[in-house]
Amino acid sequence: MSDRRPVPAKEPSNAETLLHRVEDQAVRDPFGGVDFAELELSLYRPRTMFSIVLSWIVGGMTLLALIPLFAVLWMLVWRGGRKLSLALFTQLPPAPLEQGGGFGNAILGTLIMVGLATLITIPLGVLTGVFLAQAGESKLAGAVRFSAKVLTGFPSILAGVFAYGAIVLATGGYSALAGGIALSILMLPTIILTSESAIAMVPAKMKEASIGLGATGTQTVWMVLLPTAMPGILTGVMLAVARAAGETAPLLFTALFSNYWLASNGRVDLMQPTASLAVLIYNFSGMPFKNQVELAWAAALVLVVLVLITNLIGQSFSRQQVNQ
Amino acid sequence: MATASRITRERKEVAAWNHDQIWHPPSKAQRWIDLVFRRLCVAFAAVTVALIAFLVLEIGVKALPAIREHGLGFLYGTTWDPNKAAYGILPEIWGTLYTSLLALFFGSAFGIAAAVFLSEGYLGEFAFKILKKFDLHFHPFWGKLPERLEALLKNLIELLAAVPSVVYGLWGLFVVIPLIRPACNWLHTQFGWFPLFSTDLSGPGILPAVFVLSIMILPTITAISRNALVSVPPKLRMAAYGLGATRWETILGVLLPTASRGIFGGVVLAFGRALGETMALAMLVGNANRLTVSLFSPANTLAALLANSFPEAGAKEIPVLMYAALVLLAITLVVNMFGALVLERAAAKSEAK
Repeated sequence: MSDRRPVPAKEPSNAETLLHRVEDQAVRDPFGGVDFAELELSLYRPRTMFSIVLSWIVGGMTLLALIPLFAVLWMLVWRGGRKLSLALFTQLPPAPLEQGGGFGNAILGTLIMVGLATLITIPLGVLTGVFLAQAGESKLAGAVRFSAKVLTGFPSILAGVFAYGAIVLATGGYSALAGGIALSILMLPTIILTSESAIAMVPAKMKEASIGLGATGTQTVWMVLLPTAMPGILTGVMLAVARAAGETAPLLFTALFSNYWLASNGRVDLMQPTASLAVLIYNFSGMPFKNQVELAWAAALVLVVLVLITNLIGQSFSRQQVNQ
Repeated sequence: MATASRITRERKEVAAWNHDQIWHPPSKAQRWIDLVFRRLCVAFAAVTVALIAFLVLEIGVKALPAIREHGLGFLYGTTWDPNKAAYGILPEIWGTLYTSLLALFFGSAFGIAAAVFLSEGYLGEFAFKILKKFDLHFHPFWGKLPERLEALLKNLIELLAAVPSVVYGLWGLFVVIPLIRPACNWLHTQFGWFPLFSTDLSGPGILPAVFVLSIMILPTITAISRNALVSVPPKLRMAAYGLGATRWETILGVLLPTASRGIFGGVVLAFGRALGETMALAMLVGNANRLTVSLFSPANTLAALLANSFPEAGAKEIPVLMYAALVLLAITLVVNMFGALVLERAAAKSEAK
C-alpha cells in the first residue's frame, strides 16, 4: 500500500518552463515589464547625455588638432610674407650682420637634388612596382614588399648616415650627388608601393585582352598597364617628391650647405657642397641675427608653398584616376 | 546612314593596313626585348632588397671599430666627451623613448578622436541638418556640400603631415616656446616638488619637442585608425543600433574593439616615426646630454645627436656616431616590423570576415 505513491508528473525542463512563461506573458500582457519611459530618447538620460557630450568632445579635439596647421600657415604668411620679394629668389645668402640677401642658390639646390633623386628613383621604383604587380606571390616579391615596408618607416637621418658612409667618405667630400642619393632612398618605398597598387588596379580584362591579341609581356606593360596606371603612379611620384623636398636630416651632412651657386668654372658641378631650402631654414633659425631669422621664415614659406603645390598636383592626378 | 558610312570608312582603313605586319608572331627582336625587360624588372626588384642589406651592412661595418672599443658599455654609459674618448648613449636612448612615448600618448588621444569624428561623418551630418533647414539638401550644388566638407576635413588632417618637419621646428622655436614658457615656469614655481616639473623651461626642452612631435605623428594615427574604423562591417553597427545602443555605446562597445587591431598597428607605426624623427627634435629638445624626467628640462635623442654631431665629427668620432645610428636603426626596425605585422594580421582578419 505504502509503495503505491502517485507517479509525479514529468518535470518540464528549464528551457520549456522558460518558453512557456515567456509565451504566457506574451499572451497575457504583450508589453509587460517594458518601461516605455525608458525607451524614449531624452537628452537628460545619462546614457544619451554621455553620448552627446562625448560627441562634442571628439569634435572639439579634432578642431584642436587642426589649430597647429592654421597657426603654422598663418605664421608663415605673416612673418615670411613680409620679407617676400624678387631679390630673395635671385640673390645669395647674406653673411652674418649683412642686410638683405636671398636664397636663390638654396632653391636651385633643392630643385637639383630632388630632381636627381627623382631621376634615380623613378626607373628603379616603377619597374620594381611592375615586377611586384606581375610576380604575385613569389619569394623575391615577398622580400621586395617587406623591404619596401621597412624602408617606409626608415628614419630619414639614417638615409643621411648611409649616404655619408657610402658616398661622402668614398668621394672625399660633401656633394649634391650624395644628397640626391640620400633623398632617393626616402622616395623609393612610396614610389614602389603606389606603382604596384596602381598597376594591380588596372582591370584584368585589359591585360588579358592585350595578351590575347598576341602582345608580348613587355608590350602589355608599356602600352596597356603603364598608360592606364599612369595617374596612380604620378600621384605616388608627386607625394614622394613633396616629401623629399621638405627633408632636412638626410641633407645635413651629405650636401651640407653652401653660400654660393652650385657651379664651378661656369658649369653646374654636382660634386660640391650644395645649399638647400630645408638646411637653410635649420641653419638660419639657430643664428642670433634678425635678418637671418627673417630669411628662414621666408624660406619656410617658399618651401611649404612648393610642397603644398606638389601635393595638390599629385592629388589632382589621383582624382583623374577616380573619374576614369 | 551615319553608321553605314562609318563602317565603310573603317573597312577601307582595315583594307589599307599592311596585314603582313599585323599578323605575325613576335619577331626575334621583340622577344629579345621582352626577355631583357623582364630580367631588368627582376634585377631592379633585387636591387631594392640588396639596398636594405647594403644599408645595414654599411652602417654596421663603419660602426665596427667603435663596437670593438666600447662594447655594450656604450649602451649604458652616460657621458659623451670626445676629448676623453668617453662615449655613452643612455641619456639619448632614454630621451628618444621618453619623448616618443609622451608624443604617442597625446598623438593617439587626439588622432583617434579625429578618426572617430571623421569615420562617424559628424561634419557631414551637421551640414546636412543645416541644409535641410533651408530645404537645400537635394540641391544639385548644395546637396554635395556635406560630402565635400568631409573630404576637406580629411585632407586638412593629411596636410598636417605634408608640412616639412624643419618648418615645425622653426614654428616651435619662435612661437611655441615663448607661448608656453610662462605657464611652464608657473607650474615649476608652484609644483616644483613634482618630478615632471622639477626644472624651469629656459628655452628648448622636452615639452615643446613633445608638443610638435605629437602634431607630426597625429596624421599617421588618424589615417590608419580611420581606415580601420571604416572597414568595420556595417552590419555590426546596425545590430548595435538595432538593440537600442546609443551612438557612443556603439562606438565604445562595438566599433573601437572591432577596429582595435588596426588602430594598434597605426599607433605602433606612429611610434616608429616618432623614434626616427630628427629635425623638430634637433631644434627643440635642447641637445643636452642629460638623464631626466622633467618635462621642462633640455635633453637629447639619438636622431638629434646624429644631426648635431655628424657635421662637425672628426675621424675618431664617426665610428661612434655610426654605432649610435646602428642602435637607432635596430630600435626603429623592431618597432616598424612589429607595426607592419600587426596591420597585416588585422587586414587578414577583416578579410576573413
